[in-house]
Amino acid sequence: MDGSGQARGFVEFDRVQKSYDGVTLVVKDLNLAMPKGEFLTLLGPSGSGKTTCLMMLAGFETATHGEIRLDGRPITQVPPHRRGIGMVFQNYALFPHMTVAENLAFPLEVRGIGRAAREEKVRRALDMVQMAGFGGRRPAQLSGGQQQRIALARALVFEPELVLMDEPLGALDKQLRERMQFEIKHLHERLGITVVYVTHDQSEALTMSDRVAVFNDGMIQQLAPPDELYERPANSFVAQFIGENNRLPGRIESVEGGRALVRLDTGELIDATPVNVTGPGARTLVSIRPERVEFKPDQIPADAHTIEAEVLEFIYMGDSFRTRLRVAGSDDFIMKYRNAAGQRRLEPGERVTIGWSPADARALDMP
Amino acid sequence: MAQSEASSPGPETAGALTTADGRPLAAALARASARARRRAFLLVLPLLAFILVTFVLPIGQMLLRSVHNDAFPRNMPALTAWFSANPRGTEPGEDAFAALAADLKGLRANRTAGEVGTRVNYEFSGTRSLFTATARNAEALAPPYREALLAADPAWGDPRLWAVMRDASRAITPNFYLAALDRARDETGAVVRAPPERRIYVLLFERTFLVAGVITALTLLLGYPVAHLLATLPLRWSNLLMIFVLLPFWTSLLVRTTAWIVLLQGQGVVNNVLVALGIVPDSGRLSLIYNQTGTIIAMTHILLPFMILPLYSVMRPIPPSYTRAARSLGASSWTAFRRIYFPLTLPGIAAGGLLVFILAVGYYITPALVGGASGQLISNLIAFHMSSSLNWSLAAALAAILLAAVLLLYWLYDRLIGIDNLKLG
Ligand SMILES: Nc1ncnc2c1ncn2[C@@H]1O[C@H](COP(=O)(O)OP(=O)(O)O)[C@@H](O)[C@H]1O
Ligand SMILES: [Mg+2]
Repeated sequence: MDGSGQARGFVEFDRVQKSYDGVTLVVKDLNLAMPKGEFLTLLGPSGSGKTTCLMMLAGFETATHGEIRLDGRPITQVPPHRRGIGMVFQNYALFPHMTVAENLAFPLEVRGIGRAAREEKVRRALDMVQMAGFGGRRPAQLSGGQQQRIALARALVFEPELVLMDEPLGALDKQLRERMQFEIKHLHERLGITVVYVTHDQSEALTMSDRVAVFNDGMIQQLAPPDELYERPANSFVAQFIGENNRLPGRIESVEGGRALVRLDTGELIDATPVNVTGPGARTLVSIRPERVEFKPDQIPADAHTIEAEVLEFIYMGDSFRTRLRVAGSDDFIMKYRNAAGQRRLEPGERVTIGWSPADARALDMP
Repeated sequence: MAQSEASSPGPETAGALTTADGRPLAAALARASARARRRAFLLVLPLLAFILVTFVLPIGQMLLRSVHNDAFPRNMPALTAWFSANPRGTEPGEDAFAALAADLKGLRANRTAGEVGTRVNYEFSGTRSLFTATARNAEALAPPYREALLAADPAWGDPRLWAVMRDASRAITPNFYLAALDRARDETGAVVRAPPERRIYVLLFERTFLVAGVITALTLLLGYPVAHLLATLPLRWSNLLMIFVLLPFWTSLLVRTTAWIVLLQGQGVVNNVLVALGIVPDSGRLSLIYNQTGTIIAMTHILLPFMILPLYSVMRPIPPSYTRAARSLGASSWTAFRRIYFPLTLPGIAAGGLLVFILAVGYYITPALVGGASGQLISNLIAFHMSSSLNWSLAAALAAILLAAVLLLYWLYDRLIGIDNLKLG
């Protein structure tokens, strides 16, 4: 990480490739190092290879090429039950023929831990997820959220250093999901465990993680802390996948001093920060967050280019206003602004001049 | 008042709920669903009638036949009257022989001597000809009848014959069940075991259950891995494999059984291969067929799908994540199988086991064709009594015992595992 080669990650993927059918690569050249205690999220659309990565780490799939190391040791030859990795499955995989307490005791039992110690650990694990008193129930007698807690407790009860979670909250409703996000994050901090978390929900990834690896097409598109991911997406896929984004296609006119002048396909000139574009003449997709678009002249930097827009729709959202504008021939340009005291409400049909700080507009590759 | 009552929660008030127009809710619901139920009943009526005629009635008739046989009282009214007037143990005097002679004359007139003789012969063999021969000359009988009949055949004085006739004179009798359990009545009416050389049914019941048990175990042993493979293979491959499993279903039972004869007989494929490979000497060819081994091999093959299908239907929905979860929690693959996968497949094992066992217990064609003498099962004997010895009452008693055993098994299953857990595919 720091280039010395000494600061090895706790979990390392080294040029890992995976193919199921020998024809297509599901995971292409995955390189990843995570330090102990980190909460890392693999975020990506469905089918992007997230589960495959997790399964290779857990030992249920073998890498077609490359090496996976845990605490510096290659784990290819270690069978799944010797890896000591806790895992929470998407559908919890609680054993239906066992009670909750038996489910939790299972990993302790197969490790040969005595009955008294076992019961004590199970009791503490149930306390930890606030499910004390549910030990005698069957999984089928629990609600989705309760099953989720038990699955979490079962993955933690044998005190693994690394815990993998594959879309653990996918089946829960929004409110419960947000609560569980908080609880999982809290447990992570309290226990100091290392977590690899898989989700396709970007808000979940942003709120919980130390770092997020955005996956697409079997490759990590960007690996960064949430704020950097949101504010400085490295390419147009990340920009589009994380949060809401306005996209304006155009061509680079000139690049100087970390600022690019872009001529849109409809002829207007705008300012942007070049990210992964080659230089003048290159096609580019300029990406701007709706909340960074300004329409009051005093908010727009004096030297920035502005662009004409027509208000198509005004939506009241409580804490903010959301307006849909026609900009440079596109009908779905979104501008969001805060419902502050004395804030003006735009009317449909009204014409406004919009602009932004060049730092907030990012000139990305054209996919 | 009514307001506050309706709003107070509790089961007592639930019964007092009314619809908007004030009728009791339960009554309104019953009326609403009665129509739907009536229509549903009319729809299943044809099937109900069919089942009644083809299933319930024959079984009822069979059960009745196993305890009821009125060939004797119907055709021998005088002697039947004498038996009911005189208690067991009464020495048959002249009055008894007079009644017998009168009935024998009736037998001759109605040509029913064979029927009665057969009935008595069931319990005392060799007596059928006694009836037919004496009845043929019944017209010549004259008092004193005792002497006349004993002169016609001294066997008429045998106290055992009289005991058997007394039993036969009652239409309702448990004697066929006694016979089916290798029991009989002696002269005094006490139940005793049949002579050793005639004890066959209990032995056959034992053999039937043993063979069925072995077949069930074999189908489980062979079928479990196949079902697992079917359940875990990608659908494309598992469908192909499923066709192979079902193939025997689409082939005539007779063809399959005959194929086994071709394979297993002394000069058959299996023996020829073994001899050619030098594993067995030509003089020591294995007898794989026309014995119990043949029955077990052929029936295991035929009943295998009945084990595989319920197992498959239980295994298919078990997500691989259970075993994976167990492995990630530290269980070796054997422990994961033993503690997680196997218990989850128990309903399939129980269903397949029950199905195969019940089918095997009543199997007829295969043991008849490849069983030889030692591979015959109880159903072959039932068939024998149905079609050859024509002792339908005994056949019915044997079948009823078999049915009772199966029902007992079913009941045990329900007690131990619960019939709700039965998954038959
Ligand atoms: N066991 C498997 N056999 C063949 N292909 C698979 C298997 N598991 C996943 N795939 C394929 O690999 C790709 C990535 O799948 P997965 O890792 O499950 O993605 P994600 O978890 O990101 O949704 C998908 O195209 C999927 O069809
Ligand atoms: Mg997945």
